[in-house]
Amino acid sequence: MFPMHESGMVSGLVCGVLFGFVLENAGFGSPAKLTAQFRLTDWSVFKVMFTAIVVAAAGLWGLRVFGLLEADSLFVPQALVMASAVGGALIGLGFAVGGYCPGTSMVGMASGRLDALVFVVGLFIGTTAFAGLYGDAIRAMMAVGAMIDGDTFADVYGIADPTMLAIMAVFLVAVFYLGSWFERRGPGPVTAEQAVAGAQ
Amino acid sequence: MMKAQFSDGQRVVKPFWSPLAAGVVLGLVLLLSFLLSGHGLGASGAVTHVVAGAGLVLAPEATQANSYLRPMVADGNPIGSWITWEVLGMVIGGGIAAFMAGRFRVQLDGQCSLGSGRRVTQALLGGILAGFGARVAGGCTSGLGLSGAAVLGISAFVFLGVFFAVGLLAGRFVKGV
Repeated sequence: MFPMHESGMVSGLVCGVLFGFVLENAGFGSPAKLTAQFRLTDWSVFKVMFTAIVVAAAGLWGLRVFGLLEADSLFVPQALVMASAVGGALIGLGFAVGGYCPGTSMVGMASGRLDALVFVVGLFIGTTAFAGLYGDAIRAMMAVGAMIDGDTFADVYGIADPTMLAIMAVFLVAVFYLGSWFERRGPGPVTAEQAVAGAQ
Repeated sequence: MMKAQFSDGQRVVKPFWSPLAAGVVLGLVLLLSFLLSGHGLGASGAVTHVVAGAGLVLAPEATQANSYLRPMVADGNPIGSWITWEVLGMVIGGGIAAFMAGRFRVQLDGQCSLGSGRRVTQALLGGILAGFGARVAGGCTSGLGLSGAAVLGISAFVFLGVFFAVGLLAGRFVKGV
């Protein structure tokens, strides 16, 4: 019966090594490739992320249906609409300005990029600044739009998980079609050689 | 077999995986993480734990007095948590992949397009914004966006929608790299 509740060093290292290995092979250590998603010339970020979400969500659902995964045993982030929106906006802005998000900056650093190391230093400063400023004002802002009925679409809106999966699968196909259409009209996805050469 | 491509005399740069292949494998790694640990993959949480852990060593009184960090250091130093091992693993795994594919190169990426001074400034500013934002959201693109969406969390979809919308908009006005 899953999950195994392995939250130690080995479990962390195994998941992390695989995570970093896949991200680098997807090209996500390169800020030129990552930010090309926002210029709509390279749709790899959308394609990879949404494929992964659908594969994992479908796998988890299947395992639960076959009784291999305990119900309500997985960590689901709390539904805090304002906090997610404000945090998402800041990370989106940071991505456009700095060229990375937190996870991809780790992989950028691992592939030799000094600008990614600088971004990681920024992450530490931003985190420390948040801890320093944390108080009633930030807490009140984060509590705006908190869902009281639960954290998932099934809890709050009564949308069954298979319905959500179907909607996400349709969206995924649309992302691939739309993305490939944009990629054919522009310079095309950033290649490994272009990424290694650095943003021009 | 992946087709090797030659970019110059010595370096053999292997192409990236196709987005579909990378997405399927990433989905399986995410699934593995849930089955092993009960939670998904992440990144920014490790930074938070290192800040709390370093704070406990360097400035114990200030850290214990801080209302955000205090709960994290209540049961001792959080630096050896799952998420810090996972992020250490990410750096190792990313390094292995880059070395194996001939894609490891020490460089200040964005130097050509922006100049080194501006690139360093923007990378630092971007990191500060992302670090602060990840604490507001309670996770980043990995921990909240990717992992939260896999368990159909509402926060994850709100996060991803706003993240991409602001990124798209900001990308029009700011030259990133």
